[in-house]
Amino acid sequence: MKFKSEEKQKARALQQKGASAEQITTTLQQKDAKAEQIVTTLQQKDASAEQIATTLQQKDASVQQIVTTLQQKGAGGEIAATSQQKSGTRLKKTQIPLFEFDTPQESGISLPAPNGSKISRRTLLAGMATAVVVLVQTSAGKAFQAAVPERELYDDPTKKLGPPPGKLGTRSPHEKLFKLPSGTSSRTPLQDLYGTITPSDLHFERNHAGVPAIDPDKYELLIHGMVEKPMIFKLADLKRFPSVTRICFLECSGNFRTGRETLSPQEICGLTSQTEWTGVMLSTLLREVGVKEKASWFLAEGSDAAVMTRSIPLSKGLDDAMIVYAQNGEAVRPEQGYPARLLLPGWEGNTSVKWIRRIELSDQPFMTREETSKYTEPVNGKYRQFSFTMDARSIITFPAYPAKVEKGWIEIRGIAWSGRGKIRAVEVSTDAGKSWKLADISGPVLDKAHTGFRYLWQWNGEETLIVSRAIDETGYTQPTYKQLQQARGAGGGYHYNPITAWIVKRDGQVLLNPDRA
Amino acid sequence: MSYRSRLKYGIFPAIITAVFILQGFSGKDQQFSRNIFNSLSPQDTIKKKVRWPGSFGLGRSAGQKYIDSLDIDVRPDGQGLPPGAGTVKQGQAIYLAKCLVCHTGKSSRGRASAAESPGPALITDSLSGARVKTIGNYWPYASTVYDYINRAMPYNAPGSLSPDEVYSLTAYLLYANKIIPADAVMNAKTLPRVKMPAEKMFVPDDRTGGAVIR
Repeated sequence: MKFKSEEKQKARALQQKGASAEQITTTLQQKDAKAEQIVTTLQQKDASAEQIATTLQQKDASVQQIVTTLQQKGAGGEIAATSQQKSGTRLKKTQIPLFEFDTPQESGISLPAPNGSKISRRTLLAGMATAVVVLVQTSAGKAFQAAVPERELYDDPTKKLGPPPGKLGTRSPHEKLFKLPSGTSSRTPLQDLYGTITPSDLHFERNHAGVPAIDPDKYELLIHGMVEKPMIFKLADLKRFPSVTRICFLECSGNFRTGRETLSPQEICGLTSQTEWTGVMLSTLLREVGVKEKASWFLAEGSDAAVMTRSIPLSKGLDDAMIVYAQNGEAVRPEQGYPARLLLPGWEGNTSVKWIRRIELSDQPFMTREETSKYTEPVNGKYRQFSFTMDARSIITFPAYPAKVEKGWIEIRGIAWSGRGKIRAVEVSTDAGKSWKLADISGPVLDKAHTGFRYLWQWNGEETLIVSRAIDETGYTQPTYKQLQQARGAGGGYHYNPITAWIVKRDGQVLLNPDRA
Repeated sequence: MSYRSRLKYGIFPAIITAVFILQGFSGKDQQFSRNIFNSLSPQDTIKKKVRWPGSFGLGRSAGQKYIDSLDIDVRPDGQGLPPGAGTVKQGQAIYLAKCLVCHTGKSSRGRASAAESPGPALITDSLSGARVKTIGNYWPYASTVYDYINRAMPYNAPGSLSPDEVYSLTAYLLYANKIIPADAVMNAKTLPRVKMPAEKMFVPDDRTGGAVIR
């Protein structure tokens, strides 16, 4: 029978393999000797690698000098306007390393990193274009570091032993993922991401007086005002309550930029990110304190230096509001509100108050600065207030500036989301909006969440516009800039979520269509 | 047993079991099936509360003293305003000493104004058509001026001002925006009575989703 004959074959194969195993052992012993030879060579090369590193630093410094000179010469006006957006673009174009080089010190190379910490010699070498540090191990278990030219190392990775398991994972040095910071915010590189979850260190940031340092052991959340029993919860208390995990997006309502062709998704709308959050439902905590019948609003207050506050309708607090303490499987990051923040799914990011220290129930809104002079938008001669929900939006993240594409099959990819529920459909046009086709949204389609879309397109090489629009479960279709302008009598402001169109040039360069159409 | 017959006898019971399970989910025990399929929904967690204890016994009750130490907010009706008072003149002196370093009185377009006057983001003399949102043309409630200065200013030393200082700065900024006279005194009684020109400009959100763009 079929099974038995198969087994016999397997047995025979195994016997043969036994023989080869012995051969392999012999070969390995021979290779071991070779390995030691290689190690010696590597040690010699280590010295040259350091030389290369030093040369690179010198070159890097001159590149920076050139860049600075160019900036001074060419773009005097642009520099005078201290636009963070522009400085970000410069950074990208010139590929200046994110840390600036100092003169190497005697004790080795010690450099200031953007976050103020020092970059070690090892990190430096690993980040260098032509030299990396590897751990080399002989069969005797002797392990040490050696620097080798990158080309040699990557010629054949199967001939070099890699570093052993470590305490923290790393990104490949080939992957350059960075947020784009300004004085008040930092943007997610949407064009560089896959799927829908934002890696925690790339989550967008917006704060009003910096990131506070909070001791989790001293953290307390006070709930008081129109409640039966004012209470204080420590972080450990919050973690003991029944927990909930959900995925949702978080988006700043001031998340729209246009005006020139060379804007990436990160620059246009990088103030949106998606996370798997874990915490306790706010309704669970409100149940503990007992909400008085007349309460209709609550104040959420952060413990940052701005003691930032927003008034929130109690109905949201009893619906899907959470106090979250975990982000993508670990504690919430300081930039996202460590050790605990409010999370209001689908609402403008500012209302999800970070570093939350106090909730006060009330029968009216408090009219704080952030809900009066900020986060209100012009609508037909008036100012719209308490516009909490983020309307549906989408953006093609590939192909998008600065990508360059080739003729042939292209999978158009992007994300779509709505603060009012699930995405029902995403439509894509590859002929400047003349005709629309349904994109594939067969990935996870979650409530108030970034939803991935894909559309397979055969590009004939002619210049065209590619466009996407989101449709949510309420039947809302993402509008054009012009539609928003007509509806509001205003060409900007918070909650501006227009369709983004990309120009695909004949040479394959993809650019933002900056027309306010 | 042949491979074929194994398939035959293996699959049939599996189908029967599957049908049985599906029936169980969809028919008799709807509560059970809902819990299974919606187990990730926060809404479901709320529903489960029926089976929760009256209280989880976590946290501790907050005393009035503790609450008072944190409860700094001020509402438009004046709730939260502390004792104390301030004048326009006092406010101008404090402004020069503690605020001018950032609020320089020079606009981003380089237009200089008198050194002793507040920066362009803080004052204006026109309610409509102004490009810069200011206290005079955009802030709907005077209480917000007090609340925001008190909680977040000065930027380099937030929370360092006394109630008298905050009342004085509020008075000065309201005066500079031509909302109150030069001799006005701001305190817990007078501040809530200040009517801001921009209050009538604010409307609630009327977006509801659906087909209409608003």
